[in-house]
Amino acid sequence: MSTTQPKTLYEKVWSEHLVVNETDDAPAILYIDLHLIHEVTTPQAFSLLSERGLPVRRPDLTLATMDHSTPTTPVRTLKDLQIAGKGAAAQVLKMQENCRQFGIDLLDFDNEQRGIVHIIGPELGATQPGKTIVCGDSHTSTHGAFGALAFGIGTTEVAHVLATQCLLQRSARTLLIEFSGELQTGVTAKDVILATIGQIGVDGGIGHVIEYCGTVISAMDMEARMTICNMSIEAGARAGLIAPDDTTFDYLLGRPWSPQDTAWDEAVTRWRQLPTDEGAHFDKSVSVDGKALEPMVTFGTNPGMVVAINDPVPEDGDAAFRKAIEYMQITPGKPLSESRVDVVFIGSCTNSRISDLQQAARIFAGRKVAPGVRALVVPGSQQIKREAEALGLDKIFAEAGVEWRESGCSMCIGMNGDTVPSGKLSVSTSNRNFEGRQGKGARTILASPLTAAASAIEGRVADPRRYL
Amino acid sequence: MKPISKIQSRTVNFANTDIDTDQIIPARFLTTTTREGLGQHLFHDWRYLPDGSSNKDFILNKPDSAGCKILVAGRNFGCGSSREHAPWALQEFGIDAVISSEIADIFRSNSLKNGLLPIVVDEGTLDWLLEHPYTEVTIDVVRSTLTLADGTTVNYPIDNFARYCLVEGIDQLGFLQKRASEIEQFEESRPWTP
Ligand code: SF4
Repeated sequence: MSTTQPKTLYEKVWSEHLVVNETDDAPAILYIDLHLIHEVTTPQAFSLLSERGLPVRRPDLTLATMDHSTPTTPVRTLKDLQIAGKGAAAQVLKMQENCRQFGIDLLDFDNEQRGIVHIIGPELGATQPGKTIVCGDSHTSTHGAFGALAFGIGTTEVAHVLATQCLLQRSARTLLIEFSGELQTGVTAKDVILATIGQIGVDGGIGHVIEYCGTVISAMDMEARMTICNMSIEAGARAGLIAPDDTTFDYLLGRPWSPQDTAWDEAVTRWRQLPTDEGAHFDKSVSVDGKALEPMVTFGTNPGMVVAINDPVPEDGDAAFRKAIEYMQITPGKPLSESRVDVVFIGSCTNSRISDLQQAARIFAGRKVAPGVRALVVPGSQQIKREAEALGLDKIFAEAGVEWRESGCSMCIGMNGDTVPSGKLSVSTSNRNFEGRQGKGARTILASPLTAAASAIEGRVADPRRYL
Repeated sequence: MKPISKIQSRTVNFANTDIDTDQIIPARFLTTTTREGLGQHLFHDWRYLPDGSSNKDFILNKPDSAGCKILVAGRNFGCGSSREHAPWALQEFGIDAVISSEIADIFRSNSLKNGLLPIVVDEGTLDWLLEHPYTEVTIDVVRSTLTLADGTTVNYPIDNFARYCLVEGIDQLGFLQKRASEIEQFEESRPWTP
């Protein structure tokens, strides 16, 4: 029976990694194929290992980088490092020390493969279909774009994985979201996922793993699919998944960590078995009409408070709505296009890949950032930085008056000294518009790279379609 | 982890929905390499005024809130990032349990690993609690019940294993380490290697 029962992609990856099955009395022991680590959520985990005299079980399955607390200006000396603050510098030095002590290869400042953890996993080919991938970071959901089961964990669990390469886990419920039709010009993956979170709510995915499917998804390249899966956590979901297909395999072919030669063919054969079987059961399903979507912007203090760019902000809502409106200093009943913009941030693990930068450059080319606006582009990795420079994008940005930086999380989280000043309004391609996320008192509007670039040019929240 | 079988305290209410981890502990306080010292920054940007003084209007700063170990919060508490600094900060401040009608997955899992009890109740119970601030509540961890001052008792759902770990003070890393031979076997018998 169990061999013929149709299974979802999630169920297939889950069951292939069970060291011990779950029972009513105990969770499953799930094997982890790839552990991504960074400087913010690991120091206390390494301390726990040290206290107990435990080694890291599989340094070879651990990929270590530094991204959150790192400056986005070049680091040559300790003083450069301290630009981000003394605490941030100490955390980075601790990461170097821990990796040395526990035998983990670290992509350090001088390493050309360094970058935001969720950017470099795929870029290096470490992220692959059918793998289980975890990281002490909620946007680990990004890697689900490859058909990997990928989710964020806490620091205690980071210690569990470092020491045993396993996690204690309960299986999740499943939610299928199907996007039909095709997207209109100027509507991007970011708009799709923002609209979807607006529809199902920031808690719509709690307890669930989401699988995204439909014509809109199959037509997307891997970078767009990563943007979709990245924000699964903003709907409260444990993970987001997209079935691997030829687009996935083409992306991975020839990357440093990808299987090579005959191992590649074997892997592709295996990966082709992963997509959800016809007739498999999902606990919930939702459909979204791709044609009806427009560029989206958030108006409130969570990613579910979102409107189409020319639509008015809702007139009224609950207490949380009123509190958000007050914090954001936005007028209900009016579209956001009336709002003056102070800062534009193009970056983060949601939208800092080469295609995102190309989209922004398309709008910046031959134009200037409006007076009084600070615009900043932060590539997701050093590799993307080099690629962008080879394409001359850095020149386009410079001529438009946009700052061009080293890779890192930067203004997405404001831990490295790159922050939006209190009270200022920012249009950001990142994933969270929580109060103070980009800096204490900062007001954040989430948008696509196209919308962010158009807003930088106009100095107010702007519809990018008039530039396309 | 210390075993926990009972929590008895008055409740403090924070009715907002979707309280995210950036509110619980803002990112700029995460540049630490230990677990200590986070309690003073719990809800920092709501708890303190821009000049650094205490915000008298914030619920946790009210005299009545002193000593309350149970936080009652609106739906979807703990959404956002995976930072375990959130439960660490709550615990260091003196919170032993959080009650809501919905608690975000990663926050819940992180809390359980630290002996902070995340309790999900139905909307009716949550509404009642929100309408009755500073009410005395007893949480019986062994029986998974919440008892109000008038004797009303409701059951709350909790994973059997999580409850067992709380009550016995079981260390989950130790539990995993005991399965080392199965982990090894799994690695050896896999049809493919990562
Ligand atoms: S870019 Fe932002 S969301 Fe992504 S890992 Fe960095 S801080 Fe987290």
